[in-house]
Amino acid sequence: MYDPTVARLTYRALLGRRRALILGALPLLLIVIAVAVRGLVGADDQTAADVLGGLALATMVPIIGVIAGTGAIGPEIDDGSVIYLLAKPLKRPTIIFTKLIVAIGVTMAFSAVPTFIAGLILNGNGQQVAVAYTVAALVASIAYAALFLLLGTVSRHAVVFGLVYALVWEALFGSLVAGARTLSVQQWALAVGHKVTDGDLVTSDVSLPTATVLLIVVTVLATWFAGQKLRTLTPTGDE
Amino acid sequence: MAVEQTPAQIPAPAGAQSRIHNIGYRSYDGPRLGRAYARRSLYSQSLRGAYGLGRSVKSKVLPMVLFAVMCAPAAIMVAVTVATTAKKLPVEYTNYAIVMQAVIGLYVASQAPQAVSRDLRFKTVPLYFSRPIETADYVRAKFAALASALFLITAVPLVVLYVGALLAKLDFTDQTKGFLQGLVSVALLSLLFAGIGLVISAVTPRRGFGIAAVIAVLTISYGAVSTLQAIADAQGSGSAVPWIGLFSPITLIDGVQTAFLGGTSAYPGGVGPSTGEGVVFLLAALGVIAGCYGLLMRRYRKVGL
Repeated sequence: MYDPTVARLTYRALLGRRRALILGALPLLLIVIAVAVRGLVGADDQTAADVLGGLALATMVPIIGVIAGTGAIGPEIDDGSVIYLLAKPLKRPTIIFTKLIVAIGVTMAFSAVPTFIAGLILNGNGQQVAVAYTVAALVASIAYAALFLLLGTVSRHAVVFGLVYALVWEALFGSLVAGARTLSVQQWALAVGHKVTDGDLVTSDVSLPTATVLLIVVTVLATWFAGQKLRTLTPTGDE
Repeated sequence: MAVEQTPAQIPAPAGAQSRIHNIGYRSYDGPRLGRAYARRSLYSQSLRGAYGLGRSVKSKVLPMVLFAVMCAPAAIMVAVTVATTAKKLPVEYTNYAIVMQAVIGLYVASQAPQAVSRDLRFKTVPLYFSRPIETADYVRAKFAALASALFLITAVPLVVLYVGALLAKLDFTDQTKGFLQGLVSVALLSLLFAGIGLVISAVTPRRGFGIAAVIAVLTISYGAVSTLQAIADAQGSGSAVPWIGLFSPITLIDGVQTAFLGGTSAYPGGVGPSTGEGVVFLLAALGVIAGCYGLLMRRYRKVGL
């Protein structure tokens, strides 16, 4: 199910040249903000939860997820070089699974790790806030990577649709319509984070069993469907 | 068949030899349209391309949907104002773009890479410069095209609001003043966003990566700035709030229009920059636009070869 060569190629496509630097700029900004906030406010649990929830989990994790998830397969389909990969005697689900593993790894490395560091800077993990949001970021990374990898195989505008989901659906509709929050990766991840720490600062609108089931269903379904999609892929030129 | 003689076998007289190669090509001696025409064409094609006109149906969908999403709230607000005979519009002209910034961000993120990345990826940039246009022409045409496209998407809703306001018999001078202020503010916003979008997407030949990078810069900077502002406001250091606003494009525009264009600030606490501070905001906005232009020029001097 896992092919090291495909994994190596995907890592290179995602992190090669200066791309790793650009991906690294976001987490760096989060840490800089954490330092600034700590300097302005001092260690305050509520502020730490606000910054981590509003900036790290709601904005940074989805954006890194979109870049890593769609970036793992999208550009190859876009410029047609995916043909050379598909022509090799590899099962299509194997390709998808390998790319998913890589995308998850990259998303976790660039979102969960800085979230933890920022949490430590903000309030030294008081009330387990840092751990809760790190767990949420880890969980969210898996679901986002699977979801956006699927988008990458389905549409050529995967990045835009991914961002519309992440920013418009989760942030905008989520804050206006309560029902939208049940169908949001962010809330499912928060439910898991809430369970881990049992604190009052990290709360979710979704109960833990629902969240876990939905997370697993979405991840597995998205991966399976992406594999199916890759089996029937018709390579098209750029318009 | 064997007796057929080809012209080559006839011993040709010396002067007629050149005629074999003359197959009737003629050199062009009509009027040449020149540099200005090429620049204009590049501008109009890029502008059309920004809305998917002259491209496939698939690529029309996204810009048109975003355009509709941008205009729909304005139409709804007008309908509500006319129906309830309200005394004023539910939103100020200058505030409309700030409220709808997510849509504007998505539009610039999807169309800026469209304008420049493909030329880079397919290495067609040198072909442009084989025409009588210079680096500056290419950069200016692309910059102007994207800024115009952005101006269209931000100004049309304002026109809808304005017409609706007049239909609802709101005060004419008041509305006209607000409308013109709104237009100036979205013109500045268009230039600023176009510059930032183009600089980022001209760096990478990969369209998808360009989209994500543009949106990341716009949202993350806004998220960071508004978080810091909220904290500064809650901590009682309200005087720092406007200064933090300098560091993201949309709050920069917000600051400029609060100071000069009679807008009400969307900053936490509602305290925007004063007129004096506003000068700094305006200079910063113009500086960023000029800087983007300079960076684009530098970039294309390199890739145009």
